[in-house]
Amino acid sequence: MRAVLTPTNLQELFSMLEQYPAALPIAGGTDLLVLLRQNGLRDRRPLLSLAEIQELQGIREKGGTLSIGAASTFSRIIADPLIAEHAPLLARAASTIGGPAIRNMATLGGNICTASPAGDSLTPLHVLAAKVEIASPAAKRIMPIEHFIVGPGRTALREGEILTRILLPRYASFPDYGFEKIGRRRAMAIAVTSFAGLVRRAADGTIETARFAWGSVGPTVVRIPSLEQALVGAKLDADYLCQVAQIVASRVAPISDVRATADYRRMLAANLTVRFLEGLLD
Amino acid sequence: MPIRFELNGLPTDIDCAADRRVIDLLREDLGLFGTKEGCGTGECGACTILVGGEARLACLMLAAQLAGRQVTTVEGMTHTPDGAVLAQAFVEEGAVQCGFCTPGMQMAALAMLRQNANPSREAIREGLSGNLCRCTGYVKIIAAVQRAARDISDERRA
Repeated sequence: MRAVLTPTNLQELFSMLEQYPAALPIAGGTDLLVLLRQNGLRDRRPLLSLAEIQELQGIREKGGTLSIGAASTFSRIIADPLIAEHAPLLARAASTIGGPAIRNMATLGGNICTASPAGDSLTPLHVLAAKVEIASPAAKRIMPIEHFIVGPGRTALREGEILTRILLPRYASFPDYGFEKIGRRRAMAIAVTSFAGLVRRAADGTIETARFAWGSVGPTVVRIPSLEQALVGAKLDADYLCQVAQIVASRVAPISDVRATADYRRMLAANLTVRFLEGLLD
Repeated sequence: MPIRFELNGLPTDIDCAADRRVIDLLREDLGLFGTKEGCGTGECGACTILVGGEARLACLMLAAQLAGRQVTTVEGMTHTPDGAVLAQAFVEEGAVQCGFCTPGMQMAALAMLRQNANPSREAIREGLSGNLCRCTGYVKIIAAVQRAARDISDERRA
């Protein structure tokens, strides 16, 4: 049998973590419990439930920053009026995760800490310039999401630390945003390739700011800063979109696995980008 | 570990391993065989139950997570007015083939109907998107949920 510890505040959580340094934090459990069952009976590490800790809940706005509790479920994120107003891209991606029951359980912090290359919330968080707040008994530190996720299943979290909140800067709005993922099935599928884009355009249609991120085409989320810079001031037409497609296909770094080949993923990454930009032309 | 929760409206006290899966607790310890285990990895929806009125997967929950919560399984659903109408709608529309997915489908449908009393066909498909029917009888399942929505609102008006 494995113990399940259920602290009700951060202080209690840290003292339990000190007592049981090997304990595994569990939020929704939708990834972790599947993994632990595969590990079988050898794994006896206690679980540390994050579900009853108020400090890890709630979505609020303070001083131009949107602060999302790490244990917020995707259902809460989809239904939240602040997210709808300031980060609709995140709500759009969240609404494609799993199915309704999974979204009632799975959390944003869990998706981040699982650090899957296919994590559906990760591309939106990257283009939204999200930061994560990490707490330990002694201190608190804040770092950009792209520094926090360092590889497949690997994060910058140190022993005794907990991801507490996700911080999104409140931008002037991006009227054009898109999220798309391709999988074997519309619901419940792990993405073969995903794309998130944010664009702001001037009155004459030229691009002022563009931000793109791709998932499942590298060990972590892929960004192409040179493409984003090149797009500033660009006027979109068919020729230009062809060039964009070539750049994306050459810069993503997918592998072949059970779900798809690297070539197919490369093509998808380019096509999802073009499809998003084409949508802006109409 | 002693755990106290409400199961289908009745206060329930059990003593079991904290990491016992809720699906095993329901079926093996409490003898409630309505909730089914399909994939055991959260992909098929056969084990859908309601916790605090929200759809959850019993194969991905541990007994300790039920403490203090309200749990509804398909056995309890049929004793609620809306649940009885929903079950009857599945019968009327012939929405049950082998029946394995039916409890999960009905629990997911009930959770959806509580949020959206008059769902479009598309909303029903979305509400049931986490549930697989291995007989592929989706057309009649969706028709049954449409009928249930209609019958429930007729009953409210009457």
